[in-house]
Amino acid sequence: MTVRNFKVWRGDGSGGQLNDYQVEVNEGEVVLDIIHRLQATQEPDLACRWNCKAGKCGSCSMEINGMPRLSCMTRMSTFEEDETVTVTPLRTFPVIRDLVTDVSFNYEKARETPAFAPPAGVAPGEYRMKQVDVERSQEFRKCIECYLCQNTCHVVRDHEENKKAFAGPRFFIRAAELDMHPLDAKTDRKEYAQSAMGLGFCNITKCCTEVCPEHIKITDNAIIPMKERVVDRRYDPLVWLGRKIMRRDELEQEAVAVTTLHAGEPTPQPDGAAPINWHREIPAPQAAVAEGDKLPLNEVLSDRTGASSPFGDEIEFPVDPATLNYYHPDRD
Amino acid sequence: MENIEKHEYDVVVIGAGGAGLRAAIEARLAGKRTAIISKSLFGKAHTVMAEGGAAAAMGNVNSNDNWMVHFRDTMRGGKFLNNFRMAELHAKEAPDRIWELETYGALFDRTKDGKISQRNFGGHEYPRLAHVGDRTGLELIRTLQQKIVSLQQEDKKAHGDYEARIKVFAETTITELLLDGDRIAGAFGYYRESGNFVLFQAPAVVLATGGVGKSYKVTSNSWEYTGDGHALALRAGATLINMEFLQFHPTGMVWPPSVKGILVTESVRGDGGILKNSDGKRFMFDYVPDVFRKQYAETPEEADRWYTDPDNNRRPPELLPRDEVARAINSEVKAGRGTKAGGVYLDIASRRPAAEILKRLPSMYHQFKELADVDITKQPMEVGPTCHYVMGGVEVDPDTAAALSVTGTVQGLFAAGEVSGGMHGSNRLGGNSLSDLLVFGKRAGEYAAAYTDSLEKRPAIANADLDAAVETALAPLNRAGGENPYTLHHELQQVMGDLVGIIRRKGELEESLARLGELKERVAKVGATGGRRYNPGWHLALDLRNMLLVSECTAMAALEREESRGGHTREDFPKMDATWRKVNLVSSVAKTGEVDLTHKPIPVWRQDLLDLFERSELAKYLTEDELA
Repeated sequence: MTVRNFKVWRGDGSGGQLNDYQVEVNEGEVVLDIIHRLQATQEPDLACRWNCKAGKCGSCSMEINGMPRLSCMTRMSTFEEDETVTVTPLRTFPVIRDLVTDVSFNYEKARETPAFAPPAGVAPGEYRMKQVDVERSQEFRKCIECYLCQNTCHVVRDHEENKKAFAGPRFFIRAAELDMHPLDAKTDRKEYAQSAMGLGFCNITKCCTEVCPEHIKITDNAIIPMKERVVDRRYDPLVWLGRKIMRRDELEQEAVAVTTLHAGEPTPQPDGAAPINWHREIPAPQAAVAEGDKLPLNEVLSDRTGASSPFGDEIEFPVDPATLNYYHPDRD
Repeated sequence: MENIEKHEYDVVVIGAGGAGLRAAIEARLAGKRTAIISKSLFGKAHTVMAEGGAAAAMGNVNSNDNWMVHFRDTMRGGKFLNNFRMAELHAKEAPDRIWELETYGALFDRTKDGKISQRNFGGHEYPRLAHVGDRTGLELIRTLQQKIVSLQQEDKKAHGDYEARIKVFAETTITELLLDGDRIAGAFGYYRESGNFVLFQAPAVVLATGGVGKSYKVTSNSWEYTGDGHALALRAGATLINMEFLQFHPTGMVWPPSVKGILVTESVRGDGGILKNSDGKRFMFDYVPDVFRKQYAETPEEADRWYTDPDNNRRPPELLPRDEVARAINSEVKAGRGTKAGGVYLDIASRRPAAEILKRLPSMYHQFKELADVDITKQPMEVGPTCHYVMGGVEVDPDTAAALSVTGTVQGLFAAGEVSGGMHGSNRLGGNSLSDLLVFGKRAGEYAAAYTDSLEKRPAIANADLDAAVETALAPLNRAGGENPYTLHHELQQVMGDLVGIIRRKGELEESLARLGELKERVAKVGATGGRRYNPGWHLALDLRNMLLVSECTAMAALEREESRGGHTREDFPKMDATWRKVNLVSSVAKTGEVDLTHKPIPVWRQDLLDLFERSELAKYLTEDELA
């Protein structure tokens, strides 16, 4: 047992401050245990939400040393013994009291997202689906609604003005889940996500994926596929750029396509187009490497300023000409 | 004068877990204006913790399964004390309730031919549990939550307002039911967020508040499980049955606190884990009862050979039935050979190579590593009995879920889910609780709606009752220098855990009643500092009253029932007694606040249901008179 230093935000909608506390910490405890000990021994009216204390209900979301975390899943052993642990409420939502915030934004957005539409003429008990088909939606149904993704998303974090038009990652995966549901009768889930849920605001920085305690691949498996498939009918500058670089949909369909094409090795072209291979595999941009068990601050997730290189972060310049996709127009 | 926000509804559902949401859906589909009261945020109820699945005899995996087999399994599990009609309705209606969820958007795991997959589970003869990996409870709650949203979207289209006919009051706690004579007239409570009071005027109330585990030191239940519905029902004149039956698991983690209460699966022992006391002694050899002596090893050497050669050696005593293991752990701890946290060591680390543990128990390893940084391949676990589920609860009419009273029914009060009693008898089978929620949740909603149709005028709330409710709720805040609610809660948990735990004795139960009596006086003087806005100290102070009342019912019934059956084990009466099977113990509260316990004969079985069993099996449970 040791006594450690904590800073816990106390206050309400009108303001507050970080209070200093010294609290006993035992081996194997998590931050929520410390909050409970604070309540039982020093601050009986310290407000905090929690339920299952096993990472399954998503109630005890808060920011711990600036990172959006479930406090029941944040072990004290991940901090240095002499490190002061700072606990603050979720920043994106209005504070009610202490560590409790008003998350009704999320419930409003849930209500605006069109519900599952049962298929006509299929009686209960007659639903037939393949496991492989339901698994895609099941990934998103793992969501425990802790709203850490909503909290960390920079579209609404510190941008109150965007909240009206933006549903947030939690509801993009809901839209994707219904879109991929084998028997959902509504066919415009993607279009709706774009036109009414603010999908276009998302510029795929992947912060939501980073903080998801259920490890749902929010960006890769829900947001990007929806953005790409919706773009046939709508203009999204990010997807436009993405398609200039690589056609993901074609990549999926033409798995056998040549993956690299070297200068000096022209391939026959069916319609006289340049033999440039846009399907060349480009390494995906990587998030900054975490130190120890700690995740990096999501605002400074990338290891460089500005956007990731469209050519992939692994590529060094100048590039070896032999690996380039270059086609000389004068050459046959 | 307090400012009280008033709402008028037809049906008020208290509790937003599986049973509550299903009841609310049914009441709204019947055209009633419905309110859902949720103690936490919407969608956080304890139902999310259910992992195994929902039992329903759909016969998707084994076509021999049908409601009769399920009925038989349920009765066996409950040691024939179950309300037979509830078990029958449950077995018959569970498949429809599961299939219905698919029309709400649920996505269960599938069989090869695309039907809902079903898995095996303890006590079920055939693979029967519809499941989604190990997060079936979450799927259930999310599906019902989303169905309510879809109903709200329909209402928005029809009436221009999402909340025209069904509204969720999140983070709202009901502290009192209000009556007009013997009829329900409304419910009174507070918003956690503001601390302001709210009154629901409604002729019908459905209780779906879950269990009572928070009265225990080690429990897998969340903070909400304070027996609110049980206590509200008692104070409204309803009766509870079978409160002595609590489901404990012998090996729950007791330390570190971050995983306290979480179950350690029995397969840890099956795969070589042994139990040791604080002296390092493998103590289970001292606890093999005579009846089991022949089947269990006498030396550690023989026991250790069993894992690889079960045909020529006897089983290790760590694999004795649950109650025997629990009794042994209990005795060691009480003899002062337990760990500081009140458990014993479960050691697999020193017995098996790390790689083998990882291969055999991957989810256990990850759970403890992630939640507590406990590496079960390197160090022993600290385990002890964990309180998991209460079989007892509000005595209800099996068909309508209407709450019964000593003289008849409490008009307008209904109960479903863990808060209701009877369905599971003395012990619940895994998987039967999720289906219980759906079957009886629907029935409660349906009959609550029908009841409101039968009324000529709405019952009225007396101002004096309302004033009294306000005063009771504010009392802890007005009591300067009152006792710390956290301390009292801790002491209550200590009493229940030590004296009314998994293994019970006459002397200890009597002591527990005396201790509970003292605590009752101290809880009457509990105080809370801070204001009314989101003040957990105040909320706990109010919950304590309920926990104490329900604990008293449990302790009294446990003292009364002089036999061991299912979730009630008396060390001084270790055998099951057929004459006790004919009795339900019924708790009620007198006007003075005293708990009253009476014997009530169990309902007489229908012959066609008795005929589902072999006579030889019935002979194990029924008295000779009943068999004749």
